[in-house]
Amino acid sequence: MDYFKVAGKTFHSRLLVGTGKYKNMAETKAAIEASGAEIVTVAIRRIDLAQKGEGSLQDVLPPSKYTYLPNTAGCYTAEEAVRTLRLARELGGWNLVKLEVLAKEMSAYKTLYPDVVETLEAARILVKDGFDVMAYTNDDPITARKLEEIGCVAIMPLGAPIGSGLGIQNPLNIRMIVEQCKVPVLVDAGVGTASDATLAMELGCCGVLMNTALAEAQNPVLMAEAMKHAVIAGRQAFLAGRMQAKNYADASSPQTGLIHKA
Amino acid sequence: MHIKLNGKAHALEGQISVAALVETLGLNVTQVAIERNRDIVPRSRWGEVMLDDADEIEIVKFIGGG
Repeated sequence: MDYFKVAGKTFHSRLLVGTGKYKNMAETKAAIEASGAEIVTVAIRRIDLAQKGEGSLQDVLPPSKYTYLPNTAGCYTAEEAVRTLRLARELGGWNLVKLEVLAKEMSAYKTLYPDVVETLEAARILVKDGFDVMAYTNDDPITARKLEEIGCVAIMPLGAPIGSGLGIQNPLNIRMIVEQCKVPVLVDAGVGTASDATLAMELGCCGVLMNTALAEAQNPVLMAEAMKHAVIAGRQAFLAGRMQAKNYADASSPQTGLIHKA
Repeated sequence: MHIKLNGKAHALEGQISVAALVETLGLNVTQVAIERNRDIVPRSRWGEVMLDDADEIEIVKFIGGG
């Protein structure tokens, strides 16, 4: 049975999913169940004292069934990210976290690209503090290497800007990162449809993390199921080892024993 | 006395513990984490940690996110 390990824990599903942007809790639950994901990302926010009695995420997605991967979405500095994840650790009692420190957008042309300097700084503090850090980063092999050297347990390069659904824009870099890293590499962000997830896995990634591709599909539950199969298909193709690509045709049927040949 | 709760002024009738605050607010104790003046208050210490005037308290929970 194919599985992957992160921070000493074994997972069979290589599809990790976010829990944001769905229409409601029922859709969140249905889509995540259909995806077969075992790890789900969650955000940490202030409780809304005016809105008591709303259903909690834990009621819909029981932590006994799913491994929560708290994120640092909305954090723009190492300090904010570390503070948020310390609260997350207290909340969940679990050291595995997704670090993402984005750069503040200065214009309407949003990239949501990571701030690499702040990400590296936060990773250093968190690793020293005993966290198992899965680090969201850009598709730069050098940053990936630095994050691994710091002690991150997984490197998660973006395939394309968060929420863009553009698919993997730089397969070369993703492959470079996969080849050099000893820890799991997961494509995080940019996946739009099933073939994008398959490509990530064919490149040798250990897994794929997505949110918007499911939540903004016309039918999130059906897309979640498609992504489940896409990740499995890509993984199996990677393990099977693809044929050598050739520039010219090569007939599949034998050229001997033809009735019209002497 | 007054504390700042999640960025807003919040009146308290007297000095109470963190545990009492959580209870007053009707929160699910297993689903929130608390910071007092930037330090985490571990759940195990909620009963003994008393709030002071002008304390800055943050109470957070998990929500959906990517």
